[in-house]
Amino acid sequence: MNKFLLTASAAALALAASSGFAAARDQIQVAGSSTVLPYAKIVAEQFGETFTKFKTPVVESGGSGAGIKEFCKGVGEDTIDIANSSRPIKKDEIKSCADAGVKDIQEVRIGYDGIVFATDIKGPDWALVPADIYKALAAKLVVDGKLVDNPNTKWSQVNPKLPDWDIAAYIPGEKHGTREVFETKLLDAGCDKAAIKATGISDDKEIGKTCIAIRKDGKAVDIDGDYTETLARIDSNKTGVGVFGLAFYENNADKLKVASVEDVVPSTETIASGKYPVSRPLFFYVKKAHLGVVPGLKEYVEFFLDDQMIGPESPLAEYGLVSAPDAERQSQRDAFAAGKTM
Amino acid sequence: MTDIPLDTMVRAAAPARRDIGLKARYAAERRFRIYGVLAISVGLAFLAIMLITIVSKGYTAFWQTTVTLPINFDEKIIDPSNKRATDPDVLIKANYPKLADKALMAKLGIDPSNKPMALKLKGFLSEGARVQLRDIVVADPSVIGTTRNVDILAAANLDSAFKGQIDLNVEEARRKVSDQQIAWMNQLKADGTMAEHFNKGLFTYGASSRPETSGMGVAIIGSFYMMVIVLLLALPIGVAASIYLEEFAKKNRFTDLIEVNINNLAAVPSIVFGLLGLAVFINFLGMPRSAAFVGGLVLTLMTLPTIIIATRAALAAVPPSIRSAALGLGASKMQMVFQHILPLAAPGILTGTIIGLARALGETAPLLLIGMVAFVADYPKTPFDPATALPVQIYMWANEAERAFVERMSGAIIILLVFLMAMNITAIVLRRRFERRW
Repeated sequence: MNKFLLTASAAALALAASSGFAAARDQIQVAGSSTVLPYAKIVAEQFGETFTKFKTPVVESGGSGAGIKEFCKGVGEDTIDIANSSRPIKKDEIKSCADAGVKDIQEVRIGYDGIVFATDIKGPDWALVPADIYKALAAKLVVDGKLVDNPNTKWSQVNPKLPDWDIAAYIPGEKHGTREVFETKLLDAGCDKAAIKATGISDDKEIGKTCIAIRKDGKAVDIDGDYTETLARIDSNKTGVGVFGLAFYENNADKLKVASVEDVVPSTETIASGKYPVSRPLFFYVKKAHLGVVPGLKEYVEFFLDDQMIGPESPLAEYGLVSAPDAERQSQRDAFAAGKTM
Repeated sequence: MTDIPLDTMVRAAAPARRDIGLKARYAAERRFRIYGVLAISVGLAFLAIMLITIVSKGYTAFWQTTVTLPINFDEKIIDPSNKRATDPDVLIKANYPKLADKALMAKLGIDPSNKPMALKLKGFLSEGARVQLRDIVVADPSVIGTTRNVDILAAANLDSAFKGQIDLNVEEARRKVSDQQIAWMNQLKADGTMAEHFNKGLFTYGASSRPETSGMGVAIIGSFYMMVIVLLLALPIGVAASIYLEEFAKKNRFTDLIEVNINNLAAVPSIVFGLLGLAVFINFLGMPRSAAFVGGLVLTLMTLPTIIIATRAALAAVPPSIRSAALGLGASKMQMVFQHILPLAAPGILTGTIIGLARALGETAPLLLIGMVAFVADYPKTPFDPATALPVQIYMWANEAERAFVERMSGAIIILLVFLMAMNITAIVLRRRFERRW
């Protein structure tokens, strides 16, 4: 028995030390945003089915920030090839990428995603404007010329047209790319900056921070998981308001009722035309040094950018991606073909 | 002390009745028993609620709606210019969905030239039909020109509707299946073309963005690879470490320190092992991301303390008389350990190992950091290829927007629970069978 134990462990250790993990990688590796994940999965799957000589790419989720961090680890087969992101890459991220040797990054914009407010399907119709959101969810409001803790407890206090519901909003947590859009397009847009200035705060940065600070008394709940969790919250609290991606809402339209923002009902049309105010572009970033090294990487990006994938009648549009206008899609393809880097 | 029978003692000590609080003591005991029964029933009730919710949501995942259609592998559609002899790509890129759509239209009696009607068929059959029919043709090109009955998967939304999971009272625009499709569905159901079959795909398909063609195949293989690696590494290392610590090492400050550390490691959150794995195996040793091999190594680290603690307890439970007897008969210390102590401790060691493995089987957190929480569609040929694991697949499906993934997630939980139960039952049976009492 002892001989067996010794040989078994020695064999296992030898395997660990000498194994074939130095062999060339023949599978594209993608990581990043959980918003882009469903789209990337559809493309990866169809890529694998169409190009039988390449393997199906592996797509990890984990969030835009985590994906870009992994992407910026360096160049080589043990690093990922593509980072999906639901926000543009930041300056300091580009710098940390360059420090690690990832100098040539190609940015690809695949389309747009709308952020919608939705309530339980049996609730009344909602018509929101950014100011409502700000007044309901901001940490501090200006009342009688003074900055005080948000006194509103019901939506009807914010705007008499809204239902007489206790404020309970389920909003994306801080690690989500969606949060940034939520802050800039709704809170900041709905914020009365002049009134804050009148209370004696003069620094613009400070005013901006005050605008996007969200109340911490339990009326606004950060959701760090996915939209499934938000849906579960709405299921258990019928007077809650949740923030969803357009695609998620459309897949669950029999359970949710969507709110209009500035009297525009979110749909792929109103988002593509820019009428609906709360939308954001979706990206992925390609490591140029890996093109031609990792088999199929170039073909994958080209396949992704094809109108068959991201055009108005493509599988991605069917899932809920809002296609970019024709000219923009063409310019994305041209920029990639030309090898334009950031 | 001499042996005086108990009753004589009581009689001698209690010549007259004294109040010794007998009533209160009995009452206290009764209360305590009630608390115990309550605690157990609360536990059982929660278990029952969990199992009922999971099984009631998940059992439907083991059935999948298919449409049996006579597919005419028409050469005009597959290979219109007759080039397949020279260009094998033709067979791969052919318009297979059209074959399925044509057969379905013929079955439903729709005129193919009636475009608006034909458009309504969109989303009736699974997109997976393309690969299904392609695989048939590529495997045997002689099928071209013939007609054959093929079970085509229904699309996920139709599948949900067939199983009665979609509320048809909601207005048509708000659901994913139209009234026309429901009517067709009922027509096909009546003539037996559309029926539920056992969902083999749930066990064989890899990950997919389409619910009807997604399965746990890759996850099952990935978990299997990882369990083999954990067993091969953790068992010998763990047993060797505990034998040394228990039987050979001197008891001093240093071994005490090691013991404290092992106990601490057993309680460390598993995500920490994931961080360690990322830093050491992937970043430092340059092993591939998302590979089952790295997952196995990380889970080995996580399982080792559990196995060491269980093995040491099992070794310590072997009575010292056996050691003394072996040594007294002239066995060397090593002979004593391997020929006498280890066989007696084996049931305990096996139980500890199986429980450690079961814990490793259910882990996702450490796998997140080494890239195994991922969409992997291709089967891993070796442990060095990207793979996922059973609990990871559950997590991935829990995050999907489509309704049909909900039942698949619960189905996957049932599969995982069955695996875990099988392992724990094995542990109990082994212990019962080989356990020896002294």
